[in-house]
Amino acid sequence: MSFYDEIKKYNWEEITTRIYKKTADDVKRALGKDKLTINDFQALISPAAKPYLELMAQKSMQLTQKRFGKTIQFYVPMYVSNACTNSCVYCGFNLNNQFDKTILTKQQVLAEARKLREEGFEHLLLVSGESSKDCGVEYFEEMMAALSDKFSLISIEIQPLKTEEYKRLTKHGLNTVYVYQETYNESNYRKYHPAGKKSNYQYRLETPDRLGEAGVHKVGLGCLIGLEDWRVDSFFTALHLQYLENKYWRTKYSISFPRLRPHLGTFEPNYKTSHRDLLQIICAYRLFNEHVELSLSTREEPKFRDNMLKLGVTAYSAGSKTNPGGYSGNEETTEQFSVHDDRSPAEIASVIKEQGYEVVWKDWDSYMQK
Amino acid sequence: MSTLKTGDYNFSSRLFVGTGKFSSNEEMQQAVKASGSELVTVALKRVDINDDDDDMLKHLDIPGVNLLPNTSGVRTAEEAVFAAQLAREALGTNIIKLEIHPDPKYLLPDGEETLKAAKELVKLGFTVLPYVQADPVLCKKLEEAGTAAVMPLGSPIGSNNGLRTLDFLEIIIEQSNVPVVVDAGIGAPSHAARAMEIGADAVLVNTAIAVSPKPVQMAEAFKLAVQSGRMAFEAKLAGKSIKAEASSPLTSFLEELEG
Repeated sequence: MSFYDEIKKYNWEEITTRIYKKTADDVKRALGKDKLTINDFQALISPAAKPYLELMAQKSMQLTQKRFGKTIQFYVPMYVSNACTNSCVYCGFNLNNQFDKTILTKQQVLAEARKLREEGFEHLLLVSGESSKDCGVEYFEEMMAALSDKFSLISIEIQPLKTEEYKRLTKHGLNTVYVYQETYNESNYRKYHPAGKKSNYQYRLETPDRLGEAGVHKVGLGCLIGLEDWRVDSFFTALHLQYLENKYWRTKYSISFPRLRPHLGTFEPNYKTSHRDLLQIICAYRLFNEHVELSLSTREEPKFRDNMLKLGVTAYSAGSKTNPGGYSGNEETTEQFSVHDDRSPAEIASVIKEQGYEVVWKDWDSYMQK
Repeated sequence: MSTLKTGDYNFSSRLFVGTGKFSSNEEMQQAVKASGSELVTVALKRVDINDDDDDMLKHLDIPGVNLLPNTSGVRTAEEAVFAAQLAREALGTNIIKLEIHPDPKYLLPDGEETLKAAKELVKLGFTVLPYVQADPVLCKKLEEAGTAAVMPLGSPIGSNNGLRTLDFLEIIIEQSNVPVVVDAGIGAPSHAARAMEIGADAVLVNTAIAVSPKPVQMAEAFKLAVQSGRMAFEAKLAGKSIKAEASSPLTSFLEELEG
């Protein structure tokens, strides 16, 4: 039994219809509850909830403060490789794009690490294209062994691995794995992911199951906003979250909201998503689940991030470079996408402080998971 | 008011406070001072115990205030024992708040692992304050294992729901030979006062202070509520009035019989 068996019980079109049929009364009922069902979540992401955004934002702020306090956690991505065997139509690392592949050596990774430590980062996210041939589990084992005494928390966003491989990495200090489904629409999934291992919808979908079985501490979910109707994809993400929380109850979960950004290539989003929409998504998740971590990256512009930090979000990346070697001076390598908030971590931290929030640089230690 | 003895410690304040969720370390420091607390708990995962310049620890260097490191984040007894030993070495304190919650959602304590870790830590010479469910049997077992206190929850941590476990807290307090500290769920000074009135030895408060729009003022409010509740407990509450309500007396037949 995996989430693949669960999701087969649902039909994309039927869910779409249900969401679009939600009424103001459904929204009001959801807003009046303390414990929301997935059905209430449908109401909150529906068009009928649009007039209630202010109320949703206020409730979301209150719930988030109660659970997480007036704090925002900081993390930073380190791109270690842009080599990829997939040809995702929306991504700069697409196999068919012509660019020189870069895979950082241990020395280069350590040079990047020094820069990031100087900025104050304690939570590190290692990111790579998906290529087991270039960056397999041995590569990440080696890098984590070199990094584990320098950062208090290490996460990865790389190709999906096997359960046993996740267990191996956990022994080297792996704490969190981010794996985005991109879209839960199985029939259209192949259009965006035509080749490579990532074209296998089911294998990707079952990755969080393997992570739960491997005992990884935290799992990050999300879909790429702009591919399919975000209302429907958000519903399936919430369904996935609910399934995982009940099955792998020792695992912590986080949701991200990557919106399509300009990249090397020509793909344009099929569905436009406004700032207003993104606020609705974030607040809807918070009202549905007051415990889940919500992360907002530098894909979003400064003004939006500065205003969202009280409204449900719990983690921010800052000062991100999306090209391998980008922190230690390599500006030539191909980036995955362009960031929208290019302020320095110190600058973003001071904006957060001005708003009466504390930046949490460290909320873990490697010795907590011996 | 009487002094609270916990292990080798004596506290004149019966309010313990947490240090998470504040909008800044400065504000946290001010709130701790206003609370009058002499024991503040700090999550090991939040601080760098080997860094003398750690910002949070620097702000907790307050005369009269003792640190109570906690193991929040660990999922097993083994991890908790390891973390406690590191804390003792780095912070030079024997006291540890034992928190084991494998459930990251509601952060509910694992009684089985907590008991296992408590036995081990007591053997290693720690002053152990375990955070547990309001489970009277578990609390007795922990006492037997040699913990310096027990810390049952009032309601889920961070919920501000107050003393939802009241019936069980009363049994724990009635039976305990070590101090009972009501931890988690206390959302208002009135909840804290109530816990003290029923005979809790102390309370631990974090979210209700940290997340209040005026944390410093709220810290003082809790200080007063805890004092007031304790004073009431020591003065002994007057019994509730008992009023017969049945419209026709149930015992009037006696008079007939006695005729």
